[in-house]
Amino acid sequence: MLEIRGLHASVNGQEILKGVDLSVKAGEIHAIMGPNGSGKSTLAHVIAGRPGYQVTAGSVVYKGRDLLAMPPEERARQGVFLAFQYPVEIPGVSNVYFLKAALNAIRKHRGQSELDAMDFLSLVKEKAQLVDIDESLVKRPVNEGFSGGEKKRNEIFQMAILDPELAVLDETDSGLDIDALRVVAAGVNQLRDPGRAMVLVTHYQRLLDYVVPDFVHVLVEGRIVKSGDKELARDLEARGYEWLEAPAPAARS
Amino acid sequence: MTPLAQETDLYRADFEALAARRASAEPGWLARRREEAMGRFEKRGFPTTRDEEWRFTSVAPIARTAFRRPVPGPGVRGRAADVAALSLDHVFDGRQIVFVDGRHAPGLSSIEAEDGLEIRSLADVLARQPDRLEPHLGRLAGGRSSSFADLNAAFVEDGAFVSIPPGLVTDRPIHLVFLSSGAGTPDPVVSHSRTLVLAGRASQATIVESYAGVPGAAYFTNAVTEIAVEDGAVVDHYKLQRESEAAFHVATTAVVQARSSRFSSHSFALGAGLARNDVRQLFAGEGGECVLNGLFAVAGDQHTDSHTFIDHAHPHCTSRELYRGILDGRARGVFVGRILVREGAQKTDAHQTNKNLLLSREALVDSVPQLEILASDVKCKHGSTTGQLDPSALFYLRSRGIPEAAARGMLVSAFAGDVTGRVRVPALRAGLERHLRERLPGLQDRDMQEAVL
Repeated sequence: MLEIRGLHASVNGQEILKGVDLSVKAGEIHAIMGPNGSGKSTLAHVIAGRPGYQVTAGSVVYKGRDLLAMPPEERARQGVFLAFQYPVEIPGVSNVYFLKAALNAIRKHRGQSELDAMDFLSLVKEKAQLVDIDESLVKRPVNEGFSGGEKKRNEIFQMAILDPELAVLDETDSGLDIDALRVVAAGVNQLRDPGRAMVLVTHYQRLLDYVVPDFVHVLVEGRIVKSGDKELARDLEARGYEWLEAPAPAARS
Repeated sequence: MTPLAQETDLYRADFEALAARRASAEPGWLARRREEAMGRFEKRGFPTTRDEEWRFTSVAPIARTAFRRPVPGPGVRGRAADVAALSLDHVFDGRQIVFVDGRHAPGLSSIEAEDGLEIRSLADVLARQPDRLEPHLGRLAGGRSSSFADLNAAFVEDGAFVSIPPGLVTDRPIHLVFLSSGAGTPDPVVSHSRTLVLAGRASQATIVESYAGVPGAAYFTNAVTEIAVEDGAVVDHYKLQRESEAAFHVATTAVVQARSSRFSSHSFALGAGLARNDVRQLFAGEGGECVLNGLFAVAGDQHTDSHTFIDHAHPHCTSRELYRGILDGRARGVFVGRILVREGAQKTDAHQTNKNLLLSREALVDSVPQLEILASDVKCKHGSTTGQLDPSALFYLRSRGIPEAAARGMLVSAFAGDVTGRVRVPALRAGLERHLRERLPGLQDRDMQEAVL
């Protein structure tokens, strides 16, 4: 589904990603771990198409197409979703109605009929239960006045509504207490699907106790230096990242 | 002869001609006020950018144009469609008085009688009951009136007269429509319309003033509105300026609030090539509340200037001010908001906020909040910010599948929504939102529109 080859990317002229290779198939969950500043969030943003991130070399192929050539809204319509590390507050824009507009843009693109208000609101009810988020909360302006945990839950709620094929979760676990983490993890697990791939970007192993990944990759200084299964996450928890920090030639998953 | 003398000479000649043609003799007080105002205008001439009050706005294009007063005639007829477009789905039927090129158009107006409420043309009151106007006309605008207000006072002939008798609480908004036809003479015309609103003790009313012109028409609206809010009265005032983009619009709204009265002003400056709007408010008694809200949204080569002045001359008064500006293209906006807390005006509570959104590199805004506090026991704060659309918010919306133009439209519309959302006349609010949407190409889709609260 996703093939990343030799990806180099810069932000403000500073190279952050220095040759990332990653292959993700439908139904798989990949965890990307690494110390602060290793390039984890940059990778997530490059996949989603955030302006200001320059790809200087390499390729990202998604479902056989050049992902890097698409504007962010086109990527979303093709089924890419990014759960933000820091969800943005947007006063004056309704969370559910902007989602309805987004979902209908995606459905139109897929050749599906647009949902009317009734159908959409019953979908909202169903998915709000899935992530245990208050329905009145999701009807407020986008993230405005939400607590940190509510923002993260809203991201998972949006993911559940938009039903992506490739979901990238950027440190969705950071800043959550254990109860909120369980809720978010349960939501993610419910969305596990043979047709859906997920990439979990995380700093801690904690999330992986609840969402068990198929593959774990360690990103250090802009390269994937080690890949393995869920046991690798436990090693990292016990030993830290230091033993990996001399970047070896890029490893393949 | 200096250019200044030429500019004012034209108006002097017109002034003399008008006086000679006036059929019935005017009351002495009115003739004197006209002459005094004309004298002040001649002495000062049009303001220049060397005047502190006009440093961001050059009125040279107005000064150098030889405007004519409109000739009443066929231009006035056949404007029913324009009025219908402005009347916002007939919600104002029975409460609407229309002026075309500054003259009352009875055929386009629709007024139903109610419990002593008067909605009349000022010309009618001047002809039949001039004594009722003497205590007010030109008095509320005050001694520090601008050259434009003087010009209006010298030439005033017609406008709206609204009198709400003491104790009358009227729910249905009153709509005052000022339409410019751009027709009548080969030269651009000027109308000096004057509106007087007298809100009696403990009365309550909503007044909507709409200014608009036939698209593309070049003309000059020089309007003055005076509002007296008596003890305990409540007045909500809306001004919707959608003049032709080839037009000039200069206007002053002068408000005097008596004890424990409430006044709110909502000013929407959307049209005209060059616009200047002044709101001058005075607390003339204790315990008053004043809200001044405003939105200016301009593009292309439009220039719009909003000046406000809140005068806390008495204790225990509260004012809240919120102005927002949206500027695109090469447009220029100005916000100058002055709040004066006079000596002895203790327990004053004043907040002022101005936020501006620049949508292009060439757009420009000058924001000058001014707080002068001469009393010791007060609560005052003000703030001003100018910025561009938040790139993080834009990316967030796009990352969910919203097209870029729609995402921009949503954010701009949401920015305006903080002011339009405070409009309590539903048809007016809907009309404003529609107007703004039409200028945001990404928001034509209904799903995208619904996302904005």
